[in-house]
Amino acid sequence: MNSILIAEQITKQFGSHFALKNVSLEIPTNSIYGLLGPNGAGKTTLLRIINQITYPDSGHVLFNGEPLKAEHISLIGYLPEERGLYKSMKVGEQVMYLAQLRGLSKAEAKKRLLYWFERLEIGDWWNKKIQELSKGMAQKIQFIVTVLHEPKLLIFDEPFSGFDPINANIIKEEILHLKERGTSIIFSTHRMESVEEICEYIALLHNAEKILDGKLSDIKKQYKNNIFNVGMAIQEGETFINELAQKFQITSSAYDKAQAELQFQIQLPSEDTRHLLNHLSSRGTVHNFVETIPSANDIFIKTVQSKSVHE
Amino acid sequence: MSKLGLIIKREYLAKVRNKSFVIMTFLSPILMVGMVVLIAYLTKINDSETRVVSVLNESNYFSTDFGSTESTSYVVFKDLNLEEAKDSTLALNFYGLLYIPEGKTVEDVAKRAYFFTKEAPNSSVIDKLDAVFQERLRQEKLVDLGVSAQEFEAIESGFQLQTETFEGIQNLKGINEIKAIIGGGFGYLIMMFIIIYGGFVMRSVIEEKTSRIIEVIISSVKPFQLMMGKIIGTSLAGLTQFAIWIFSASLLLFVVMSFLGLDTSGLQNAAVLPGASVNSMPAMPSELNEMQMYANELMQIPWAMLIFFFMIYFILGYLIYSSIYAAIGAAVDNETDTQQFIFPIILPLMLAIYVGFFSVFGNPHGPIAVGFSLFPLTSPIVMLMRLPGGIGDGGVPIWQLILSIAMLVGTFIGIVWLAAKIYRVGILMYGKKPSYKELFKWLKY
Repeated sequence: MNSILIAEQITKQFGSHFALKNVSLEIPTNSIYGLLGPNGAGKTTLLRIINQITYPDSGHVLFNGEPLKAEHISLIGYLPEERGLYKSMKVGEQVMYLAQLRGLSKAEAKKRLLYWFERLEIGDWWNKKIQELSKGMAQKIQFIVTVLHEPKLLIFDEPFSGFDPINANIIKEEILHLKERGTSIIFSTHRMESVEEICEYIALLHNAEKILDGKLSDIKKQYKNNIFNVGMAIQEGETFINELAQKFQITSSAYDKAQAELQFQIQLPSEDTRHLLNHLSSRGTVHNFVETIPSANDIFIKTVQSKSVHE
Repeated sequence: MSKLGLIIKREYLAKVRNKSFVIMTFLSPILMVGMVVLIAYLTKINDSETRVVSVLNESNYFSTDFGSTESTSYVVFKDLNLEEAKDSTLALNFYGLLYIPEGKTVEDVAKRAYFFTKEAPNSSVIDKLDAVFQERLRQEKLVDLGVSAQEFEAIESGFQLQTETFEGIQNLKGINEIKAIIGGGFGYLIMMFIIIYGGFVMRSVIEEKTSRIIEVIISSVKPFQLMMGKIIGTSLAGLTQFAIWIFSASLLLFVVMSFLGLDTSGLQNAAVLPGASVNSMPAMPSELNEMQMYANELMQIPWAMLIFFFMIYFILGYLIYSSIYAAIGAAVDNETDTQQFIFPIILPLMLAIYVGFFSVFGNPHGPIAVGFSLFPLTSPIVMLMRLPGGIGDGGVPIWQLILSIAMLVGTFIGIVWLAAKIYRVGILMYGKKPSYKELFKWLKY
């Protein structure tokens, strides 16, 4: 598997405070990678190192197999968490300026800008000043600035904060579209549920250290606890649940006598559900039988807890 | 275009297109002229009010002629006592009453003389009256000593010590001061430029921080490039402003000259050949001679050299100070937090100006002048005050000039390096105002 970016043993210290401690990451080419962790975990520092804004005290970063160097800036697009635009500059001039700083020629920048302005239906903003635009409008401009030079790697730090749902959706669609065209994408956020559905890979950072990383589906498999939500129609549900509780661990249950409807959550000793399902089917009609998959947030909390137990 | 070029261009255009810049550029010369006219006008109004002072003279030591001037005239009361004179003065709404009583000797009279006014009197009126008494007392004393008025007149003669250097060049009184004022003008210009445009650099950095665009930009360019681009772009805008002022001032001068019917070509000739414009400038022959000597002396100031060194000191001094301003802008979140950091920067500038005016003017090559013209934070201003005296013999020794510039270059490299470090860390720090201790820590990040 190809990796667009490999970070090896990155350590960064501010005074006596560690921002990153021996963090290693591998970001597969053309994937969507979630960099997750609470505020202050070191996500932004790591992104700044990848963008060559700051430099690690030790460790190194490989981009496409080569050590990270200044020329790679034009291959990376970065939407920082703290983002803004010159308030009194006109939209068109401003975007042209930022695009040229990223290494595009004037003509090329103009051509691509016109494409994007049309695509996001903001063509008539060219001569407006940023201070005349709403926050959501400005965010669209920032998105264009980030992707305009067609980078191989796109990095979004808290991308959806400040977006209204409609704009957030437009941007999400655009990002997925870019991914289809071969771009690799890093999402960094502390709101894990917001990116869970689109990330294929994740890494969890906590207190400057990486505590978990890998393919999201693998992690979920690893962290699943064989808990199932069951709904079934059965007479005398109370007796049945008591019977079950002697053999299995029932975490919660509710019985609606009038409807003869039993709902419960059950934990199995293994992945094997055949025995239980047979048993259930022999006593009533099963409506639903759903495995509860832990969310990234659950996994995070669990990992942090087990970490602190170990220490 | 290189990235630095792009940044310089943007900073320049952002500054020059700014409405307040345009307004200041075209309005401030008008304001300056307006101010001078207003002050002149107000002064005239203030002086045009005539004061009437009444005099009650009971002695025979003083004549009643106090010499009325434009602003003060005297009215003599006769056959009144003091109380009546006071009442009349009040009734007539005069400025005041001068009472000179009777007495045996002139000292006795002078001691008991009084000036009555409604409110505390104007010092120029008092000075005038004081002078009259002073003069009268002196004459009386001289008469006592047996000196006649004619003899006394003869003593009074103008005298001025003439000086000459060993090479036989006649020195002119005050020429050192004039030269220093010219150098001081250059130094003052540097100081104003640093304070105004350093402030612009600082505000521009703060603007990038508060608008949160800074991280977007420094993911494309190095912080050092951004800082230097900002400093250079802003200073080019400043130079544009100066160029416009100089151009419009010369244009204005030319227009005024032709409007007043003065021959401007004659003025040029006068500069080259002093004395060619005798007709337009009637003066006593001896005065003219002296004027010529001053003009010659001013012509002999090595202007080309002065302007050359002005540029060197200006560029180095400005770069040093504006990178400090940039670092301050990076360290804080808003302008109100900058005060505690700005004061220590302005201090050496103010010191340079004051030391320059009080010490360098009188003695351009004394130890204080030398010290301050070598110290890098003050040398751009103080050295320029010394330079109109020339380089080498009788002027600034060459080793001092070289040492001063070398130290300035060294400081420039050091300060820009330090400022760039603070800048690099500061632009990504939000929230709290850092202390000096924290700034020091940033240097090590």
